Amino acid sequence: MFRLAKALVVLASATLVACSVSVNYDSGDQLDLSGPDQPEQVAGYYGVGKAASPEEIAGWDIDIRPDGLGLPDGSASAEDGEMLYEDQCAVCHGSFGEGVDRYPVLAGGEGTLTESRPEKTVGSYWPYASTLWDYIHRAMPFAAPQSLSDQDVYAITAYVLYLNDLVDYKFVLTRDNLASIEMPNRDGFFVDDRPDTSNEACMNNCKDAASIRITSEPELVVDVSPVVKSTATAPGY
Amino acid sequence: MAAEGQKLPIAERRNFLKNGLMLAGGMLAGAAANAQASDKNLSLNLPPNLPKWSRSLGPGVLTNPYGKPSRFESHIVRRNVPWLTADRIASISFTPLAELSGIITPNSLVFERHHAGIPDIDPEQHRLMLHGLVDRPIIFTLDDLRRMPSTSVIRFLECPANGGMEWRAAQMDALQFTHGMLSCCEWTGVLLSTLLQEVGVQESAAWVLAEGADGAHLSRSIPMHKAMDDALIVYAQNGEPLRPEQGYPLRLINPGWEGNTCVKWLRRLEVGDAAWYHREETAKYTDLLADGRARKFSFVQECNSVVTFPCPEKPPTEKGRYELQGLAWSGRGKIKQVDVSFDGGVNWRRAHLKGLVLAKALTRFSLDWDWDGGPALIQSRAVDQTGYVQPTYTQLREARGLSSIYHKNAIHTWRLHEGGKVTNVQIS
Ligand code: HEC
Repeated sequence: MFRLAKALVVLASATLVACSVSVNYDSGDQLDLSGPDQPEQVAGYYGVGKAASPEEIAGWDIDIRPDGLGLPDGSASAEDGEMLYEDQCAVCHGSFGEGVDRYPVLAGGEGTLTESRPEKTVGSYWPYASTLWDYIHRAMPFAAPQSLSDQDVYAITAYVLYLNDLVDYKFVLTRDNLASIEMPNRDGFFVDDRPDTSNEACMNNCKDAASIRITSEPELVVDVSPVVKSTATAPGY
Repeated sequence: MAAEGQKLPIAERRNFLKNGLMLAGGMLAGAAANAQASDKNLSLNLPPNLPKWSRSLGPGVLTNPYGKPSRFESHIVRRNVPWLTADRIASISFTPLAELSGIITPNSLVFERHHAGIPDIDPEQHRLMLHGLVDRPIIFTLDDLRRMPSTSVIRFLECPANGGMEWRAAQMDALQFTHGMLSCCEWTGVLLSTLLQEVGVQESAAWVLAEGADGAHLSRSIPMHKAMDDALIVYAQNGEPLRPEQGYPLRLINPGWEGNTCVKWLRRLEVGDAAWYHREETAKYTDLLADGRARKFSFVQECNSVVTFPCPEKPPTEKGRYELQGLAWSGRGKIKQVDVSFDGGVNWRRAHLKGLVLAKALTRFSLDWDWDGGPALIQSRAVDQTGYVQPTYTQLREARGLSSIYHKNAIHTWRLHEGGKVTNVQIS
């Protein structure tokens, strides 16, 4: 498909420009896409590297998709995950997923996304359960990534979902039902539509000088007599 | 990450600021004290006297086989903000922008962002696997990749959380912390499009998953149009092999896009027909708006700029003429124009774009400036080649609210106090 990549790149950028006049991407000045060493290239042109065997790929191919693609065999209940979670996760994320110190909070926060202090957790923010399975398997527990068996990942994933009131304690999570779990914020995302601001490069008398107030300044430096008095309210971090 | 920082109790934050300030203040005060103490010695090295280094021999070649900066520049280092993250393993450090010249960031000072620390990778045992919807899944060694045609480009690298601590209010009192998740290097490697052609991409291909070999196995879905455009698989930065903290031995660079998509310690690329929606593109790196919806796949780093002199770390020292300097950049292409205001945005003067003006690279600007010793509110405002004008805080907050964390590119204000002190402020 990409034998004539140059043509396609041109096509792709043309489409982009057509879609949105204000957003046109510039691949860049120094980038010579039609460089001297790049004749029309067919697959295997350089002939470097070695074929990846199915076994080699299987060892590294760990990614899971929302449709469940990539999930290995297995099934376990939230109940099965309770002890595992306590042993391997709670020290940082808390027994209820409330987060210890500054470690991430994993549960709670439902309905806070429009509040001034939104709490983005698995239950309140994550759109897909597959992301949880994938992430626990690829990166947790923090100090021993990829040390959990597939079975344990099913169990702990189910337990974190349970901590978020998304499944029952007895719920059995399987390869086949994971994709059908509906996360509360599943429809909360939309694809990048920026630019979403439009400023003008005004040069003179662009605003009323008398209206300018300092709205915030790091506390420690509000010591000297300010030119303009601070109108900041305590941000309450 | 900034989210964690935002939760910090005020006392702790104040402590941090105090320590940070003491650090910066200490540097200046220390230098001043030194200067005074050695005033006598110093004058011995000044005209009409002959300095001591002109009357003796120095150490020979290979004193430092790799080389290092002058001992007088030891304050030019990356720094971190301890309260932002739980530990330094999954954390960030900042580039000392105030101390740099030109547009290239030295490798030792490129900001760091790791999710599982810096892996110690033996390049002989590192592999890049390219598979999925391809005709010939291949495993490449570093040597394999070096046999393929190389491309070198100068491009900025910016964490989308750069300035994220400032969404609600001015918090950080140093340029290093307000804008230092930003660097610019010459990157050398193989175009991802070349690799994709080598393995033969199938009809249904729409996304490429990039994944790191570190403990985090950080993964991002990259749309095929970027993969076939200017995405680069790099093994070198500024002429030398990548630094371990920058992804040695192999990294993906998506010019102009979120630093987080530029996956370090790259071990695997999988071609697929849909996005993966992994943690770094759902839980993180999505931009929450005031109405509770969130923008996803917000890849581009929009046009931004900041004045680098004067700034809190580098205040003016006496009345008179100075060259004001700053940096501007845009993930959509070249910088077209930068304007500077000294009165908080009432009137603006066009700045001069210095040296190389490259797409998706830092662009340095300057302006002759006469300081009368009085107060000023100094701002810069950049416009990129698409005509996009850097927004004000008011505009940005109107569009997005206060909880977006990422992609804060508002016009920044330095408050120059009577007497020369410079602080970070936000103004109406
Ligand atoms: C030593 C502390 C520690 C332990 C133990 C630990 N984690 Fe984590 N976890 C972290 C840190 C740190 C992060 C954030 C990493 C980053 O910034 O990339 C994290 C992130 C996460 C996230 C993503 C949170 C978000 O909002 O993005 C999940 C889910 C998670 N951990 C689940 C688990 C599970 C399940 C276990 C047990 C198997 C576990 N963790 C064990 C420290 C820990």
